[in-house]
Amino acid sequence: MSLTATASQTVGPFYRIGMEALYVADLAPAAAPADKIAIAGRVIDGEGNPVNDAVLEIWQANAVGKYAHPDDAQTKPLTPGFIGFGRVPTGDDGMFRFTTIKPGSVPGPRHMPQAPHLAVAIFMRGLLLHLVTRIYFPGEAQNADDPILKLVPAGRRHTLIARETAKGLEWNVILQGENETVFFDC
Amino acid sequence: MADVAGYRRPPRGTQPEYLHPPYASTRKRAPTQPLVLLPHTLSEVTGPLFGDDHVRVEDGDLTRQHDGEPLGERIIVGGQVLDENGRPVPQTLVEIWQCNAAGRYRHKNDAHDAPLDPNFSGAGRVLTDKDGRYRFVTIKPGAYPWRNHQNAWRPAHIHLSLFGRAFVTRLVTQMYFPGDPLLPHDPIFNGTANEKARNRLVADFDWDTTVPEHALGYRFDIVLRGRDATPMEKSR
Repeated sequence: MSLTATASQTVGPFYRIGMEALYVADLAPAAAPADKIAIAGRVIDGEGNPVNDAVLEIWQANAVGKYAHPDDAQTKPLTPGFIGFGRVPTGDDGMFRFTTIKPGSVPGPRHMPQAPHLAVAIFMRGLLLHLVTRIYFPGEAQNADDPILKLVPAGRRHTLIARETAKGLEWNVILQGENETVFFDC
Repeated sequence: MADVAGYRRPPRGTQPEYLHPPYASTRKRAPTQPLVLLPHTLSEVTGPLFGDDHVRVEDGDLTRQHDGEPLGERIIVGGQVLDENGRPVPQTLVEIWQCNAAGRYRHKNDAHDAPLDPNFSGAGRVLTDKDGRYRFVTIKPGAYPWRNHQNAWRPAHIHLSLFGRAFVTRLVTQMYFPGDPLLPHDPIFNGTANEKARNRLVADFDWDTTVPEHALGYRFDIVLRGRDATPMEKSR
């Protein structure tokens, strides 16, 4: 039997009603404070205005690069209580923020190791289909050899790598224009 | 270990494009640079799995979340969640949200001049059963105006959000009602070019879901992306 997936539709401006129950801004509540990383940023539209009605979802492996999922056959330990899912809305200033731990490396195409990364899905009014992107970590040696980053034009890779700031990591979503964030056909 | 088996890519026109100018909000939000084709790795073929601990009984009946019953026409919406290979998707979370019978959302940014209903929140969550079936009780949402264009009205709809088994099976969609005269005029509904794919967003009135002396039933089957049929090399 061969079917075709149901068409996507926008979450609209009132997604909070149905999605708030699963907001998760701290992906690793049980982690040691020293291991926690704060990640924050803004979503900016094509006119340079903050997007105050977006919602981001995060999916990531644990600190050793194991996903809490039965299809991850790697012989690496799971972390009890760690799912690796986050969901955060943007505020009036277009800001989102969440706290997590840095994931370990997971295998990529042809078993090449991937640099630590977070998978990100972005939903908002005006997106009939959600956007897919990734967050990579600054100063990470594996970034240079990451098989997915290598698929991205060199001049645009920086849009996927968070920046170190005094308060943690900063990663912005620029929907259009010169520094437009790289989005994936997933 | 072999490379992971990826998921199928959608046939052209069966999913909306990001830029759909008749839907004005896409113009300043759709990407303008080409998307980068992402091979499916372990990061894409896994995803969050939610269980019974995320859903309470009252989450599946939006007419029983307050002291009184909401106004409007009580309905039952149900169906089966399948993947593209025709396999049921069991134990997957379905989140829903909608406006009330008067066409008003319980949200601070909804400025439509229609009454709120103190007995209706408009949020629900259910898990599919072992056969991928889901069911919830609610009231039929109203149509409401929006500012997309002159005299713009959204057809009645219910938002549904599903996870499936993988990051790439994530789906947020909207269910519409059969015979709604607003459908041909709605830029969101019409954002999907393929007519057959678009019309699958319209639920069927269904006698089997309808409960005598209680509520009309609508059937809305949902298909999530399925694994590519290309066989994998065996790991040894």
